[in-house]
Amino acid sequence: MALLEIKNLYVSYGSIRALHGISFKVEEGEVVTLIGANGAGKTTTLKTISGLLRPDKGQIVYDGVDITRMGADAIVRRGLIHVPEGRRIFAPLTVRENLEMGAFTRKDKHEIEESMERVFTLFPRLKERVEQPGGTLSGGEQQMLAVGRALMAKPRLLLMDEPSMGLAPILVEEIFEIIREINEQGVTILLVEQNAHMAFSVAHRGYVMETGVIQLEGPASELAENPQVREAYLGGG
Amino acid sequence: MGVRAEGSPSVNTAFLNRKNGAWLNRLSAAFFALLGVGVIYVLGKAFVDNPSVFTQQVMNGLQLGFIYALIALGYTMIYGIVKLINFAHGDVFMVGSFTSFYAIATMNLHRWPARLWPSMSEGLVVLIGTITVILLSMLVSGILAIVMERFAYRPLRNKPRIAALITAIGVSFFLEYFGALPFVFSNNYITYPRPFEVVVYDAGTIPPAAMIGMWVLFIVSVVTYIVMLVMGKKGNAAAQAWARHPLLQFGMLFGGFLAVVLTLAGVKIEVGGKVWDLSASNVMLVIMGASIILQVGLQYIVTQTKLGKAMRAAAYDKPAARLMGINVDYVIASTFALGGGLAGAAGVLYATAFKQVHHLMGIIPGLKAFVAAVIGGIGSIPGAFVGGLIMGETEVLAAGFISTPMRDAIAFSMLIVVLLVWPQGIFGEPPGEKV
Repeated sequence: MALLEIKNLYVSYGSIRALHGISFKVEEGEVVTLIGANGAGKTTTLKTISGLLRPDKGQIVYDGVDITRMGADAIVRRGLIHVPEGRRIFAPLTVRENLEMGAFTRKDKHEIEESMERVFTLFPRLKERVEQPGGTLSGGEQQMLAVGRALMAKPRLLLMDEPSMGLAPILVEEIFEIIREINEQGVTILLVEQNAHMAFSVAHRGYVMETGVIQLEGPASELAENPQVREAYLGGG
Repeated sequence: MGVRAEGSPSVNTAFLNRKNGAWLNRLSAAFFALLGVGVIYVLGKAFVDNPSVFTQQVMNGLQLGFIYALIALGYTMIYGIVKLINFAHGDVFMVGSFTSFYAIATMNLHRWPARLWPSMSEGLVVLIGTITVILLSMLVSGILAIVMERFAYRPLRNKPRIAALITAIGVSFFLEYFGALPFVFSNNYITYPRPFEVVVYDAGTIPPAAMIGMWVLFIVSVVTYIVMLVMGKKGNAAAQAWARHPLLQFGMLFGGFLAVVLTLAGVKIEVGGKVWDLSASNVMLVIMGASIILQVGLQYIVTQTKLGKAMRAAAYDKPAARLMGINVDYVIASTFALGGGLAGAAGVLYATAFKQVHHLMGIIPGLKAFVAAVIGGIGSIPGAFVGGLIMGETEVLAAGFISTPMRDAIAFSMLIVVLLVWPQGIFGEPPGEKV
């Protein structure tokens, strides 16, 4: 049984329909990428899975449980964590407080402290800035904080929305290296990206979305070789 | 915390640079400046003529200001998290006053320790009894604020903001005139029985030990604060966290204000025929002490507890807070409870100071506290404190040295002056910062 299964999902903003019945699966331990142009519905998909948006119809099954109508906080409690687009760290809160918010649903102080140490080994730069307000960090550091904050919740499935957005190429490499590392530690990842090249380099499988429907699917290596995909997302050739 | 947008000055001079009506705008600016000079002259003259009376008035202004600060905190916290000016906040304050009135007048709650343990010393009875009355009023006001939020504001949360604002005005009228019903609070002015007798302290009656104790508390916390700040600058993370700790704020505020007031009242000097002889009543000291304790307590909740951090996170970005698993509805309700509780405590202190309760008593203090919150920068907790003190001082000094009937007019005109030159308030964030 898949860890996450989306069945025939329809979502609208007011009268404008953004998703026209998409279905896909994420198996435990995989990195799955969802690529597509602006407005294809990638972010909408993630927001619906994490409970920020309500679907018109369709079903979201996570770990064998229907979470379609569940509140966002209940979904987080089940270990399904969403790293939102644009990082969305809490600028007035310190780095430590941001990380503590990531662990909001957890009770055991000792375990939370352990998780924080693990985040600091993954991102030593956050440790140096632990008492600084999150808003004073650079873009790359903020992305690290956003990922670190998500890890504080002990995720089983991580939804990542454009982790490379607005970062210098060297930082993009670094972030994707960390995504691979997190996955190797046993976290399943659903990755939304515009940078298809990087996305295919870490993903096992991929789905290509276009205007609210899934156009193509397959193993990442196959998609990367697909002429249509190369034409549209990998800069031709 | 972002960088201020280029070209947006911290002081709003845009109204001077407009082409249209520039002449009139300059004229009004000149008028305000002239008025400011006049006010400074009048106050300066009053101080020189009789520094003792002037300082006594400043102390009275502090007493009022600390009450306004407590009410202003509720406005600013609620605005911070739901961007709503809760116009019914002043009426929560009124309900707090009446709760303590009934607790004292009909239940004799302020004497309960004496009934249980008749041998208890009088001072302890008064202390415990008064604290109980304040806590009960805070509880009732907090519950009222939660009920208000749940039934009046939450259903409108995703509607245009003006809807909730108008509802707030409606809730305010409802509380005021529901309170006017004969079987509720009635529409009479009712004499308020203070939970303790008034005692006035002056040079002869203030123990020097209290004075010195407050100074020691103040100096120790200031020195600790500076040391932590310097160590924090050098990169010591623990010191950075300590520099922000509410315990230090408590030491500095409580020690500082009480030390200054006790010293001013506890010293008697005669210079050149002028006598410096001030007094401080226990009502004033209780108001200052209780207000500072409650504000620092709030600061503790907001900066050190999980709930407080969740409040700040939700105030900054609600969808992101939900993605952390924070129940935003619960956090908003808690914010209303805290704000309402502070207003309830302010109600007890206000009634104790002015010895009267009435079903419309919340309107004017509520509006003044709202102005205080705007002056300090709405959404900012230190801003509410500073704004409250400014409003208290403005009102008392205006009444004392400029014109007694115009005290409210002058106090409210502070709003216009501040909005003209400093639109985001003293501690407010520049507009358009959160993107």
